[in-house]
Amino acid sequence: MSVVSVPEQTAAQPGAARRTGRRPVRTLALNIAAVLIGLAAWSLLSVVGVQGLPGPLTVAERAGELIADGTLATDVLASLRRVLLGFVLGTALAVPVGFLMGWYTTARGLLEPYVQFFRTIPPLAIIPLAIVLLGIGEVPKVFVIFLAAFLSSVVAAFQGVVDVDRTLINAARVLGASDRTIFAKVVVPASLPFILVGMRIGLGSAWGTLVAAELIAAQEGLGFRMQQAQLYYDLPTIFVGLISIGVLGLAMDRLLLFAGRRLTSWQETR
Amino acid sequence: MTPKISFRDVVKSFPVKGGSFTALNGASLDIADEEFVTVVGPSGCGKSTLLSMAAGLVEPTAGEVLVDGEHVRGPGPDRGVIFQQYALFPWLTVRKNVEFGLRLADLPPGERTRRAEHAIELVGLTEFADALPKTLSGGMKQRCAIARAYAVDPAVLLMDEPFGALDALTRVQLQDQLLRTWSQDRRTVLFITHDVDEAVYLARRVVVMAARPGRIHTVIDVDLPYPRTEEIRLSPEFGRIRNEVWHSVYHQAAPLPT
Ligand SMILES: Nc1ncnc2c1ncn2[C@@H]1O[C@H](COP(=O)(O)OP(=O)(O)OP(=O)(O)O)[C@@H](O)[C@H]1O
Ligand SMILES: [Mg+2]
Repeated sequence: MSVVSVPEQTAAQPGAARRTGRRPVRTLALNIAAVLIGLAAWSLLSVVGVQGLPGPLTVAERAGELIADGTLATDVLASLRRVLLGFVLGTALAVPVGFLMGWYTTARGLLEPYVQFFRTIPPLAIIPLAIVLLGIGEVPKVFVIFLAAFLSSVVAAFQGVVDVDRTLINAARVLGASDRTIFAKVVVPASLPFILVGMRIGLGSAWGTLVAAELIAAQEGLGFRMQQAQLYYDLPTIFVGLISIGVLGLAMDRLLLFAGRRLTSWQETR
Repeated sequence: MTPKISFRDVVKSFPVKGGSFTALNGASLDIADEEFVTVVGPSGCGKSTLLSMAAGLVEPTAGEVLVDGEHVRGPGPDRGVIFQQYALFPWLTVRKNVEFGLRLADLPPGERTRRAEHAIELVGLTEFADALPKTLSGGMKQRCAIARAYAVDPAVLLMDEPFGALDALTRVQLQDQLLRTWSQDRRTVLFITHDVDEAVYLARRVVVMAARPGRIHTVIDVDLPYPRTEEIRLSPEFGRIRNEVWHSVYHQAAPLPT
């Protein structure tokens, strides 16, 4: 290090203060143990207890069959396509609408009653209406998922804009920034953490709405498959469906979380 | 000669529930071009409000604020502001923060880089040019904010307790540095502080404000030569002025009935 006039070495300790998501080995070991114990308990229950409950092996066998004949892949792809389409459309609309509501009081006044009202209606309750109005094709399914994603992320985007630190906006103004520049260079990046949280919530509700949406006369999809299985009392298939939904949901959530951490690594905390 | 900044019977009141609160009640002050003026006064006496009006971030309720003889209409890059809170953009590195105003000024990239580097060097942050604010200490953040204001080369510097959160050593270093750059570039500086020593050390005139209602209590001339040095800081004359300022800050006449 060359000569510096002010003692700053004390302050900048790169890495030292950073608490990245590196989990201690102990926690990981406990996580694995918990999963194993869960599987064991499940096996035990299926052997001694609950009538008709398939054990992990039976379910794994069924999963193997469903993978082999391509059903699982078809269902997963169909479900993912609906969720991603609904989610992408929902957040793509939620971000600008949230920004509008946060930035212009007029827009807020006009839009907020609708957003707040529709937020109180569970998206699933829209299904009957969606079927009547949009028929039984892909559109109503994607629409319900879209609505779920939109409503949960619009509020986050809106809140993000409202909460932008006034001094940051003033700092940009005194440097000569126009309203447009302030919006693009200050408001958008400053509210990014909120938007990402909103997107995660949105993805959660999109995924949560999937199965019900697929009850609308679907030909394929995880929700459809489980409903079929229910008709034939095919518990292993239902389990395969449940586990797939859980694993995929978790994977997508982690992906979004990871992307979010990268994008907002400038934040002071975390 | 027209003063650089001029406050004329400035009143500022804020709406509060059940009426309005007068933060500043008829303040008048002229600041000459290239003058260094500091403002001291008890908390809540309207120091930041006064500065925000010169910056164009707050409009006076009555009276007028002029810069170069013209009404202030909103903020502009001719008046650099250093905020009481650092107000760095946390998602930008030190360099990008400093370049923020330069980008808005549409400078050619080469010139932009050069001026940013110069400003960063001036505050001694060259080694941390690519660091994010979260990895900087309070003093380094403050120096980055100073560099960001310097970079656009404003004719007026408005500084709101810029060294308030710093340790004594860093504070003295930044004071000397500020005086050095000021004597080179001769900007007009309006500098708020709650530190009487700092107020006297830096300024040609110290404005003492009083609270309830916020107003300018008195203005004290500091007849000490520049460059200010450690010797001056320890001189009896410095001590005398310091006491005078101290006295008018802490033994103000009873507040006017409102
Ligand atoms: N936006 C506002 N709305 C209502 N009251 C305000 C507003 N801004 C400032 N005030 C009031 O005006 C008074 C002066 O505020 P100002 O921030 O100028 O004080 P200050 O002298 O800078 O104080 P400090 O030394 O604590 O920074 C305070 O009593 C404050 O409560
Ligand atoms: Mg203040």
